[in-house]
Amino acid sequence: MFSLKRKTMGEATFDIVNNMIMLCICFITLYPIWYVLVNAFNNGSDAMSGGIYWWPRVFSLENFKAVFVTPGIMQAMWITVAKTVVGTAAHVFFTAMVAYALSRKNLIGGKLYILMGTVTLFFSGGLIPTFLLMRDLHLLENFLVYIIPFMFSFFDLIIFMTFFRDIPEGLEEAARIDGANDWSIFLRIVLPVSMPVLATIALFHGVFQWNDYFTGMIYINNPDLQPIQTYLYRVVAQSSSNQMMVAVQGSSVTKSVTSQSIKLATMVVTTLPIVFVYPFLQRYFVKGMMIGSIKG
Amino acid sequence: MQKNSNTGSGPALSPQAAARIETGVGNRNSLWKRLLAQKHLQTMALLGVVWMIIFNYIPMYGVIIAFKEYNIVKSIAEAPWVGLTHFREFLDDENLGNVIKNTLGISLIKLFIGFPLPIIFALFLNEVRSVRFKKSIQTISYLPHFLSWVVLGGILATWLADVGIINNILLALNVIDQPISYLAEPSYFWTIVISSDIWKELGWSAIIYLAAISGVSPEMYEAATIDGAGRFQKMWYVTLPAIKSTISILFILSVSGVLNSNFDQILVLRNSLNDSASNVIDYYVYYTGILSGRFSYSTAVGLLKSVIALILLLIANNVSRKINDTSLF
Repeated sequence: MFSLKRKTMGEATFDIVNNMIMLCICFITLYPIWYVLVNAFNNGSDAMSGGIYWWPRVFSLENFKAVFVTPGIMQAMWITVAKTVVGTAAHVFFTAMVAYALSRKNLIGGKLYILMGTVTLFFSGGLIPTFLLMRDLHLLENFLVYIIPFMFSFFDLIIFMTFFRDIPEGLEEAARIDGANDWSIFLRIVLPVSMPVLATIALFHGVFQWNDYFTGMIYINNPDLQPIQTYLYRVVAQSSSNQMMVAVQGSSVTKSVTSQSIKLATMVVTTLPIVFVYPFLQRYFVKGMMIGSIKG
Repeated sequence: MQKNSNTGSGPALSPQAAARIETGVGNRNSLWKRLLAQKHLQTMALLGVVWMIIFNYIPMYGVIIAFKEYNIVKSIAEAPWVGLTHFREFLDDENLGNVIKNTLGISLIKLFIGFPLPIIFALFLNEVRSVRFKKSIQTISYLPHFLSWVVLGGILATWLADVGIINNILLALNVIDQPISYLAEPSYFWTIVISSDIWKELGWSAIIYLAAISGVSPEMYEAATIDGAGRFQKMWYVTLPAIKSTISILFILSVSGVLNSNFDQILVLRNSLNDSASNVIDYYVYYTGILSGRFSYSTAVGLLKSVIALILLLIANNVSRKINDTSLF
């Protein structure tokens, strides 16, 4: 589209400088992560002296071995996987279901329901009233605290509704003539044709579930129920790395592993699944962000 | 939404609406029959409503403990009323000045530096000619958004450690004589918080702008080229006006959020040594409420914050509507 005019000197300089700036941004984005990665793959006690910038000096997989044999870490990983899978499935299904009902124009009371939801976008009870509610619902020290309070989001509901309203009515009419009720229309027609928006919301919520440490921190004290992010928080922020070493000493890991190097390896293991998944879902979340911003 | 004149408004039906609910049930005028006809839909909707009542509205009711002296033994209803005592207590609190300074300081710097940067990034990324290169940069720039703050906190702790890369470089360059414990020094806290936030969200925040830019028709650029516009002029006169309304909306949201700190981030990076620079409203609410068990006081502080935030949102919305005809509602 720029072919109307030949590239001038100025244009060419601009392109070169611009590309260089973009390369710099990529470097600044990637290098901090790379630094952690090479240190995690380096012998732990050797890494203590520092100076590992580009490539592991003494390559070692011991740190990762230590991560996988430490019972606390594996348990926390398992909790994270379970809460992400169950939590995301529950969130997407439940929110989509309510959104489908509210997107029907003939729904009696629909306006009232939508008003009720809109209010929740602007007011919330805040930390303590929510905490007291969780206590009264016996959700403290309970795995379900990761699932039920996050099953529904009115903001996501708006995104779903926008999408559902665009589904051609003919699809539903045909099913209705065949005797399908609203429930089976939702399950058999609406959900299957809404995969892009389901994927978008699933990605957003999945990332939230995977990365959330706060829920585990305030509602859960039982180490067997904490997710990996909460575990890491307790190790990173409170620098109680000794705790980690105690856990490791029981296992058959060599002396080359330090608390710092296990921490790095845990961070890598915690992050890798997301890093591998997001590029493939990119087209979905770009679209989702657009719907969200238009409606938002 | 335009055609739903019948929803929740009794038996008066427009012809289209009446046609819509035709599901084989005879008497259309009976509200009960109509409800019965859509029992599946109503069940789905009401499940959501019940969820909202429990998880949104009960905590909203719980906010009244801000005006009460609540303790764990009694229920919320039984606790005695104390009026505005807790609010006054907060206004007299010695932490007040510091908490407000830290909250507004961090947020405003984030707003003035962190808000324009994604726009600038989007503008320049849009000028990259190679489509493949552009896509790769975009993918890379999203990456940090997907890291959790806990992991990023770990990365920062590694970088800023006494034997970390920052100290090593500065020592090698003779800028400093001995390693600095950056996370233990209040004077570095804001810089760390703001720069790590920008690092994490730059690419992600640019998505919306890039989406808006991609809607600009190529003819606009061609016309500008024929008129002799250079790259910067095209950015300024074509691209920027095209994303003006997106910028306004996001700016309104950012302004109304100045009292929000990124709590996940603050909690990871703060410690008792940098407390004088890291104690923000959100942390203060958490500390007084969850850690010290002063439930009523903490709720009062939180409530005060939400009320001010709502007022800020309304002001920002109105100003934006007057200035450039864009508003949220």
